[in-house]
Amino acid sequence: MKFAYYPGCSLNATGIEYNVSAKAVAKHLGIELWEIPEWNCCGASAAHNTDHLLALALPARNLAIAEAKKLDVAVPCAACFNRLKSAQQAVKHSVATKEKVNKAIEMDYQGSNEVKALLDVMTSAISSDMVKEKVVRPLNGLKAASYYGCLLVRPPAVTQFDDPEDPQSMDQLMKNIGTDAVDWSFKVECCGAGHSTAKSDVGLPMIDSILADAKVNGAECIVTACPLCMLNLDMRQKEIEKINNKSYNLPIFYFTELMGLAFGYSAKDMGVTKHFVNPMPLLEGKDLLKHPATRRDEV
Amino acid sequence: MESLNLSTALSQGRGFRDKISSLSGVNFTDCYQCGKCTAGCPVAFAMDYTPRQIMRLMQLGLKEEALKSHSIWLCASCETCYARCPKEIDLAKVMETIRIEAKEMGYRPEKTIDLFNDLFLASVEKYGRVHEMSLIVNFNLKSGQLFKDVGMGPQMLQKGKIHLLAEKIQDNGAVKRIFENVRNMGGDAE
Ligand code: SF4
Ligand code: SF4
Repeated sequence: MKFAYYPGCSLNATGIEYNVSAKAVAKHLGIELWEIPEWNCCGASAAHNTDHLLALALPARNLAIAEAKKLDVAVPCAACFNRLKSAQQAVKHSVATKEKVNKAIEMDYQGSNEVKALLDVMTSAISSDMVKEKVVRPLNGLKAASYYGCLLVRPPAVTQFDDPEDPQSMDQLMKNIGTDAVDWSFKVECCGAGHSTAKSDVGLPMIDSILADAKVNGAECIVTACPLCMLNLDMRQKEIEKINNKSYNLPIFYFTELMGLAFGYSAKDMGVTKHFVNPMPLLEGKDLLKHPATRRDEV
Repeated sequence: MESLNLSTALSQGRGFRDKISSLSGVNFTDCYQCGKCTAGCPVAFAMDYTPRQIMRLMQLGLKEEALKSHSIWLCASCETCYARCPKEIDLAKVMETIRIEAKEMGYRPEKTIDLFNDLFLASVEKYGRVHEMSLIVNFNLKSGQLFKDVGMGPQMLQKGKIHLLAEKIQDNGAVKRIFENVRNMGGDAE
């Protein structure tokens, strides 16, 4: 199984551990990821807040490179996935749009290749049994709240993935690697994306309500598939605790990191030691980092 | 609120309403004002006009009110309204379309959000990718919040999460040309 891989800007920087764990886990499951050479930024929300054509053309250049290789595209970042998939659909469904986009990118793009979120690939192209087979260190007893946010599941006409109100794919995946999936109400709420930087009096309360709902429902950690959600929930958590004078201490994980841990990779190799909210006390407290057969310490 | 003569407002705002309607693909008469969009909107608490009210402004052709509203900038494009609207109205697209229009006409009531977008795109045009470090530094300088988030900087560097130097992609100017072409073509995708 081979996909073109579009990491996106965050996975080169703040989301580095997502990139590292995604590549390791994909390889482990026999998925070949071909990184699109000299890929460019998808424009994220800035482009589609500014100019409709630019918002389609920036992703389209990457998609055209993959299409020329006849490859579908796997996208780890939920925000990039949404922009790429929107562009693919727009080009596929409107001849007028296709002509404009192709003129802008000076390439010939038909919109014939599929764009899939990496979570989709890992939960539909890879079966539950294949995942379970690879688990050597089940994350038993870890109460994990799967957080999908906005852009993986909305708008459903574009994303064509899971249920927009109560998605289950990540919950099921988390159960397959041994965690206790927490049932909670904020799994598709918006974290405010860039507002935490550009408009923090609006952005921070949005993050706060997500952390609060996870905590109330007994979660010990939150699992995400988006580097922007990660940045907001992880990096901003201390700031929010300080402003509101409360304590969450909720580690945030990428789903690929937890898969990697369950497959036997070390915490360091999966990048979880790079988080702002240190997850090691939780993982060690639950005795999750030792090999179940030998109980030897990690090296 | 001052009193308005709705029939004059509508006749003056009709052109604007029709333009937003054709650019967004949303027919404003489809909305029956049920308010489900507002009920689910995570940013409604901070908006001057709720999402339902933005739809009402458009139905009435109240152009100035829509263009000057903070709501169109505060919308986080989360698409909850679109996913839940019983009439399947893409309200997020309406917000975005009015915002682009407002920016072109020089209305920027949320200056920091607009500045962030501009700096983001400038980084993409220059490097082909976003360089988070220079984006944040530039944003702080230009928005006058010099010390915002500086506490996180050293930790980010140490964790290898930000890089001091931007990497530029080797695309032979392809991305720069996309920006130029889009400028020359006027921006509309339809
Ligand atoms: S949910 Fe749809 S129909 Fe109801 S008020 Fe909002 S836009 Fe109008
Ligand atoms: S897309 Fe904008 S208006 Fe719609 S629910 Fe989200 S923040 Fe509110």
